[in-house]
Amino acid sequence: MNTKVTIAGVEFKNPVMTASGTFGSGMEYSDFVDLNKLGAVVTKGVANVPWPGNPVPRVAETHGGMLNAIGLQNPGIDVFIERDIPFLKQFDTKIIVNVCGKSVEDYLEVVERLGDTDVAMLEINVSCPNVKEGAIAFGQKADCLYDITSQIKKKAKQPVIMKLSPNVTDITEMAKAAEAAGADAISLINTITGMKIDIHRRSFALANKTGGLSGPAIKPVAVRMVYQASHAVKIPVIGMGGISNAEDAIEFLLAGASAVAVGAMNFVNPYTTVEVVEGIEAYMKKYGVEDIQELIGGVQE
Amino acid sequence: MSKKAKIKAKVLSQKMIAPDIYDMWFSTELSKDAHAGQFIGVYPLDGAHLLPRPISICEVDREQSSLRIVYRVAGQGTAEFSTWKEGQEAELLGVLGNGFPVDEGKGKKVVLMGGGIGIPPMLQLAKELAAAGTEATIIPGYRDDKLFLKEDLEKYGRVLVATEDGSVGTKGNVLTVMNELQIEAEVIMACGPMPMLRAIKAYAQEKGITAYISLEERMACGVGACLGCVCKTTHKDHHSHVNNARICTDGPVFDAREVEI
Ligand SMILES: Cc1cc2nc3c(=O)[nH]c(=O)nc-3n(C[C@H](O)[C@H](O)[C@H](O)COP(=O)(O)OP(=O)(O)OC[C@H]3O[C@@H](n4cnc5c(N)ncnc54)[C@H](O)[C@@H]3O)c2cc1C
Ligand SMILES: Cc1cc2nc3c(=O)[nH]c(=O)nc-3n(C[C@H](O)[C@H](O)[C@H](O)COP(=O)(O)O)c2cc1C
Ligand code: FES
Repeated sequence: MNTKVTIAGVEFKNPVMTASGTFGSGMEYSDFVDLNKLGAVVTKGVANVPWPGNPVPRVAETHGGMLNAIGLQNPGIDVFIERDIPFLKQFDTKIIVNVCGKSVEDYLEVVERLGDTDVAMLEINVSCPNVKEGAIAFGQKADCLYDITSQIKKKAKQPVIMKLSPNVTDITEMAKAAEAAGADAISLINTITGMKIDIHRRSFALANKTGGLSGPAIKPVAVRMVYQASHAVKIPVIGMGGISNAEDAIEFLLAGASAVAVGAMNFVNPYTTVEVVEGIEAYMKKYGVEDIQELIGGVQE
Repeated sequence: MSKKAKIKAKVLSQKMIAPDIYDMWFSTELSKDAHAGQFIGVYPLDGAHLLPRPISICEVDREQSSLRIVYRVAGQGTAEFSTWKEGQEAELLGVLGNGFPVDEGKGKKVVLMGGGIGIPPMLQLAKELAAAGTEATIIPGYRDDKLFLKEDLEKYGRVLVATEDGSVGTKGNVLTVMNELQIEAEVIMACGPMPMLRAIKAYAQEKGITAYISLEERMACGVGACLGCVCKTTHKDHHSHVNNARICTDGPVFDAREVEI
């Protein structure tokens, strides 16, 4: 039975990854999860300099999901290279670094700094809804996305995944723009912009007023977008949004994802990632699937 | 510190001990490594409410492998918990957070202050201090005469009650007791609402003493990964490099001088 997948020449032992921002750099979950079992650890977004993030409250629970407006707090690329990469290198898993920035120059600086480190791929977050400047604008206009992708591709030493926002009219247009600009893969979905109001206090639940919705509540939207995007482009798609078990993950694979990532559900069940790995294997056994490739895009039309 | 885990637990007993305040014992292995000031995440069973609810450890019985929490019904999750009966299976995440520095009380005049639903963690704290040979003065602050945990606290130290309406003990808050009864403290350990903690921070600063305060914030992961639960710190911490400590892992207990509240 083969569970290996290859994306842009990088081989992953299985298609299960962590979604950026929900797993730290692995350290916080190493009590719960044997990181060696994961296809890849995708780190929290990192910028060229430390970012303090948004004021609290930064998280709020909603029906079957949660809103967050962390604001991409991160310690900056220097600390990240000194601390987080060496930690992750101890494990037999691939490292994917999520990159954020406020300007094209910010992104390029991080991408260049990562050039001679031991990371397998870069995931470019142009889709965070929680940062006032820059960031999401790159992910909501096809021409901006094309521009930043091609600039990053010129500098990047590792294969580049562009992480797409669901907060767009036509996801296929964005997927095509990323592909045309040379992206090696795309990942989606990032969170869906939402809002929650506390009726007793008549105030916003989040200090930032709006936040990104994630968790099981967004899964059908994510599956639909992964399906549409993967049929619009030839480059591989990494699917995420509300995955809480192997069944959910298999749905994404059948929709067309070559790999999947577990996000908010890590907070609910810290063992989710390994349970998904094991559950996919059990499913393959049950249905006599020899190669995971048979599942990717395998939904009957 | 031992490994964190999400594990099954069983409700041993539950009763209401004051209006909307519930007292619940769990049978759980988490009791092995649980200390005063740490907390657990309690999961609602209802699938729409996904996140673990952070609740302080009120008392630990290591021999019986059980843990006690005392909580106020504040919303949908805690409302569900209040319906749980003996034998109910539940899931807990723990043990979380740093806890109170019991050793810092050694040979000193220690005063514990709990305001409202900040009183429960003071019980295990008083118990651990007593076990270490430190008898603390304990000041629980209540709104009115609907007291809870007072008899339990009396087992481990001198208890001086404050009530906002003056129906029992000193009329006022925990600091009114300090002033009116001229209590001397070398170390304060406290948990309660933010205005109380701010007042204690100012009080400790004025007296030149140390205060350890337990903070609260909205949490998602409870284990330091999501960066949801931060508070501003005076010094750059080793983790964030942007003066943002994570209450769930770097706290919830902080030296009051170290946090901007
Ligand atoms: C470290 C820590 C220790 C705590 N210890 C206790 C305790 O011993 N006893 C007790 O009664 N309460 C305690 N609380 C507060 C308790 O966590 C909340 O009252 C509880 O989460 C409310 O959940 P709910 O589903 O009933 O409310 P809802 O309002 O329906 O909850 C919605 C979401 O908001 C979160 N939330 C709501 N109020 C708070 C709050 N005050 N603090 C943090 N998150 C909140 C919930 O966890 C949930 O994710 C503690 C909080 C923290 C951070
Ligand atoms: C608390 C939190 C922080 C996140 N931080 C990032 C981030 O730094 N970079 C990023 O590209 N996506 C970030 N995301 C988005 C997730 O990676 C993921 O795309 C999204 O949450 C949908 O998946 P889920 O429903 O499984 O959580 C974050 C999500 C959450 C809940
Ligand atoms: S709750 Fe996630 S970092 Fe504290």
